[in-house]
Formats: sequence, structure tokens, C-alpha cells
Amino acid sequence: MDLNFTPEEEAFRQEVRDFLKDNLSEELATKVRNGRELAKADMEAWHATLQSRGWLATTWPKEHGGPGWNAVQRHIFEEECAFANAPRTVPFGLNMLGPVLIKFGTDAQKKTILPRILSGEDWWCQGYSEPGAGSDLASLKTRAVRDGEDYIINGQKTWTTLGQFANKIFCLVRTSTEGKPQQGISFILVDLNTPGIEMRPIKLIEGGYEVNEVFFTDVRVPAANLVGEENQGWTIAKYLLGHERTNIAGVGASTEALNQLKALARKVKRGGRPLARDPLFAARVAEVEIDLEAMRMTNLRMLSGNADAQGSVSSMLKIKGTVIRQAINDLSRRALGPAAAPFPSEEVIGNYGIAPPEAASNAASYFNNRKLSIFGGSNEIQRNIIAKETFGA
Amino acid sequence: MDFTPTDDRRMIADSLRRFLADTYPAEHRNTIAYEGDFHDPKGWAGLAELGIMGALVSEDDGGFGGAGFDITTVFEEIGRALCPEPLLGNLMALRLYASHGKAERIEAIVAGTEKAAFAFDESDSFGDLGEIAARAENGKLTGRKTVVYGGHVADRILVAAKSAAGRIGLYEIKAADAEILSYAMIDGGGAAEIVLDNTPADCLAEDALDTIEAALDAGRLALCAEAVGAMDVIKEMTRDYLMQRQQFGRPIALFQALQHRLVDFSIEIEQARSIVIHAAGMFETDGHALAVAKAKNLIGRAGKLVAEEAVQMHGGIGMTWEYAGSHYAKRLIMIDHQLGDTEDQLRKVMALTDMAAAA
Repeated sequence: MDLNFTPEEEAFRQEVRDFLKDNLSEELATKVRNGRELAKADMEAWHATLQSRGWLATTWPKEHGGPGWNAVQRHIFEEECAFANAPRTVPFGLNMLGPVLIKFGTDAQKKTILPRILSGEDWWCQGYSEPGAGSDLASLKTRAVRDGEDYIINGQKTWTTLGQFANKIFCLVRTSTEGKPQQGISFILVDLNTPGIEMRPIKLIEGGYEVNEVFFTDVRVPAANLVGEENQGWTIAKYLLGHERTNIAGVGASTEALNQLKALARKVKRGGRPLARDPLFAARVAEVEIDLEAMRMTNLRMLSGNADAQGSVSSMLKIKGTVIRQAINDLSRRALGPAAAPFPSEEVIGNYGIAPPEAASNAASYFNNRKLSIFGGSNEIQRNIIAKETFGA
Repeated sequence: MDFTPTDDRRMIADSLRRFLADTYPAEHRNTIAYEGDFHDPKGWAGLAELGIMGALVSEDDGGFGGAGFDITTVFEEIGRALCPEPLLGNLMALRLYASHGKAERIEAIVAGTEKAAFAFDESDSFGDLGEIAARAENGKLTGRKTVVYGGHVADRILVAAKSAAGRIGLYEIKAADAEILSYAMIDGGGAAEIVLDNTPADCLAEDALDTIEAALDAGRLALCAEAVGAMDVIKEMTRDYLMQRQQFGRPIALFQALQHRLVDFSIEIEQARSIVIHAAGMFETDGHALAVAKAKNLIGRAGKLVAEEAVQMHGGIGMTWEYAGSHYAKRLIMIDHQLGDTEDQLRKVMALTDMAAAA
């Protein structure tokens, strides 16, 4: 047993820290810290900054332009990025499509698509869920029918995150209705400029726009855009879900959020003293901190390949990680009392000074982060996965 | 980072697990745990022969272990077997004897020829050493110590008492010199009230607050590991029961409501295992008090959840004395009552982290 990072890992952490110090602007970090919506240009600029150092596609091997990091290095990198309030990279091209193409793509697909993800020429989004296919993803109905050298796609996708910024979408589509539903699904790449596609924004609970509906009407897509074999899509989708688990617990982000909560509790007053001096509130914070400490250790056990921490542990981390993050969001909102309630418009944040600027969006963040336990396989689906492993049925 | 146990510790765990399974099968365990002396001298001798007491102190102090991970290795097995022997009191006594240079006492405990206990709690001062009323005067102790684990079979008892100067001192008495009121615990094993009335005592230190706190922390770490061992077993029992129990024409394991509840407590068990690894890893550092307090707080919460849910999911059978699972559930609940409960630990975490102080 040795719970310490190696000297090499500590040196790597310092290298990441130095890079972030030199390359992450205070303006961008403040925006992230304050929970403000990022513009497309913010995210593109941050991607370019990381790519200039070769640190953008953290999960890719070196031959495809990734840094070739192991799980512990990725963990350290993600932790430091969270501590520095760097924007999270947009995962759809980097952590989803990239690894899928590296595993299942043709040489031509790898050669043309991967470099364009790194350069920022392409912004990918995801077409998985449908109005009638959420947790039961295999019941998806969007059809792709072969027509000569093309497929013709009809149907509707939904919950497409940041689709408004994207020029490409990867989709799961139905190519067969025979056999089990899982056996008739294919994975296909679509240019969003193709005629017949309409993207409509969905306004979310807190008032922000980050997800969309995508409608497909007789959309003609070259058959060469298929990834893997026809009807192999479910295998690819499962690979994609199982691929990037390093950061599933969000330990770094929760740690940073907890630190900000504590800073806020020192700043705001309740009953004539800093909220941090209120024993009831302090107890609630301490309890979350303990849970986070345990989860950090579970996460490290998984990363280091501790044998009894494999398998369904990533599902456990997804559940616990989201529950902890939501608990922090909950306390961060409540720390403000009535000052949490004003809608965080630029005027409210910038001019009225009702809540500290870094906390003015806390209620919005709380509402927005209710998504955490719903997306990426809802926490109930994660429980099903663990139960299946536990009971072998 | 490396989360693999050393070969030595794995060997101790394996041999201890085999020994405890052979020596304390469920029925015999319950006889020992609730009847007679609440102690099996043959079992105790076997533990000594395996070197279990020696594993709890460092080589310099006459053992061959003594690190945080040594303590957790041993006590996780104690928890798995629900072993009722008074190892906890001897662990704390060993740590105190080591702190105060009592090599001959350590030798006797490691050899299994003597047993010791540590008496610190009083009815009006649970978890608060500063409020201790027992006092030392002219080499004699007067006062009453309550719920002294292992006090029922100890040869010698270490006692925390106020010195003449009003500090928390550490004293040693012979059990034969005090009035010992022994009793069984609701979750098995024994303890005693120690009534001191001008009882002759040796003073180990007039001011022993630091070494006492350190020994109590060793005890807390042990209890946490014991809970993890017990949780692993009760989880397996619950899983097996859900798969075997048929209602409405099928195994109740097929009901999602029960599946998800088992999953939820399994997640807390992983959390518990992780926080104990963290505490053991921090045990030799300056951060040990905070790490142990965090661990015991989480263990208290997880233990209650696991115990209550396991009993509930077993239905009526979980309510019976005959079913081994019920005894595991009791142990998990009562561990929270020893050496400071969930709230005590949380207060400690709050004090040590002090959110109000500038970061």
C-alpha cells in the first residue's frame, strides 16, 4: 500500500499547473468560476490552447495526436484543470467519437476526421437519445435506409448538447428491425449542413440553452460515413460508454466546488456571524467533505487498477460522484439565502451586487446540475448495471 | 500509488481468516459472545500463536507491525468473523504501553500470557477526557470507569485519571485490586464497570493526553476496519438471501426495488473501504486525527444504513437470534457507540478543518 503519487507524477502535476498558470487567462477562469455561460469562441480558444501543447485529446494515443497518457496522468490533468477553473473540453469529438474511430474507423476515416477534431475545424455533437428512447436506448426509431451509395435518414434525436455550435453529428440509427432491437442499430456520421436537418434549441430548467432537438427528413448521407459494420452500432455505443471513465466521478470539479462553497460560507453572514461559524451548516459541509474524501480514494483505487475496484465501480462512481456534486450545489445555493433567488442576468450580477459575483449563479448551477444524475445513463440505469453484476442475472 | 497489500499482510489476513473460521463458527461464537466469560482462552492463545497481538505494535516496541495498515488488516478479519474476543482493549493498551516504554507488558500481551484493557469513559464524560472525575492521590485511584471493553477478563487495566496537578494522567492497576462488574454486550463480547476506591496504582505518566488520544485513534481505526469486514459479510449474506428467497413465484432478487437498495448500500461499503484505506495510509502522518475522524464518521453512517437495510431485506429471518446476519447487524450498529459516534467524529472534523478560518 502506498497512497502517494510517484515523484514523476508529482512533477507532471507541477508541469500541468505551470502550463495552466501561463496559458489560462484570468478572464476565462473567472467566467468558469462564476458559473457563467461560455461562448463558442471561449471553448474554441481553450481547445486551441490545449492543442498547442498537445494536451487536447487526452485519451488518444500518441500516433493519433494525443499525449499518450495513462489513467493516473489523465486524472492529475483533470484535477488541475478543475482547480484552475479551466473550461471543461467539449467531449463529443475528443472523448467519444475519437476513441470510437481509433477502434472501429477505417484508415480513411481516421485520417480525415481525427485531425479536424484536433484543429477545431469540426465540432461534433451526439445523436443518441430520442423522444421515445432514453434509458431504453435500444428502442430508438430513427431509420437509415440504404439507397445506392447512400443512406436516407428519417427521424428525431434529442438532448443534443451544444448542437447549436456543431457542424457534424454522430448518430445511432436503425438499419434493421429484425432480431433483438440492439442488433439493428448502426453508427453513422452526418454533416449538419446536409439538406433536411433542422436543429431546435431546448430551453432548460434554469433558462439556459445547451441542448437541442434534431429533426431528420430524408437526409441523404454517403454510405462511407458508416462507422464499423452495418448493425454493429450497439457494440460501438457500448464501447463508447465504457471508454472514458477516468473522470466519471468528477472528483476535481467537486473538490473545487467545495472549496468555493467554503469560501462563500466565510464571506456571507447569517445571524450576525459568518455562515462558516454556524455549526449546523458547517456540519453539513463537513459531511459532504468526508464523502468526497472517500470517493477520491475509490477513484484512485480504480485508476491504479486495484483488482477489487474494477467492473461496476465506475457505475458506483457515477452515482456517488453526481450525488456529491449535487449536494455541494445544494449547499452553495442555500448559503445565499434570499440572495440566491434573483435570476442571474448580467445586470443582477454586474450592477446590483446582491450576491458575490462568483456565487450569483449558484441557484442556476444547482438547477442545471440536476442533469448530472439523469444523463450519461441515469443513476437508476447505473444501479441496474451494478445489480446485474451483483446478481449475475 | 499502489493499493496492493504487502505479502506479509496478506499472509496474516489469510491465516487469521482461516483460524477464525475454524475457531469461531457461528454457534460457538454466540456461546462465547454471550455466555460465561465472554472469552475463549483457547481462541486467545491461538491468536497469540498466530502473532496477532504482535502485529499491532511496531518492531521497536516489541511487535512486528504496528502501522495503520497492520491494524486494519487484523481488525477487518475480526469483523468478518464477528470475533468477540477483547482485542480492541488490548490494542489500545499495547499502544499505551509502547508510548510509555513498558516492554515487559507488551511482551506478555504479545505472548498471550496477559491481557489488558484501557478504562477511559465515565458516565458523565463520554468522549470528553477533560471532564474525567476519577482522580489519583498518593498512588491510589478513586472513581468509576464505565463500559470498559475487555475489562471483564483483563489482568491489568490502564486507567485515565486526573493527576494531582489536574492533568489527564495514565495509571495502571491490577484487576484483582479493583471491583470489576462484568457483563455481556448486546452485540456480543464483554465489558465491565471498574470501581476504584483507593485502589493502588502505578503512574505511567502524569500528563498523558497525547498518548491517550493516539491510542484511542488506533482503536477507532481498528473499529472502522472491523466494520468494513462485517459489512462485506452481511452484504454477501443479503445478496445470497435475495437470490434464494422466493416470493410471488420468483427470487426476490429480481425485484428492482430490492436490487437498487442493495446497490445503494454496496456503494456505501465501497466508500467505507476507501475512507479506511485513507485513514490507514494517513495514520503515520500529522493528518491522522482528521483522517480517523472522517473515517469513523462515514463508518457510523454506512454501518447504520447497511445494518438496517440488511435486516429489512431479510424480512422476518433477519429478526431472529438464530440467523447469523442479525448479529452482524448489531455489531455494525454498536460500533458507532464505541470511541465516539458519528456526531462526535463530525464535531472533530469540523474543529480540525475549521471552515471559518481563512483557507
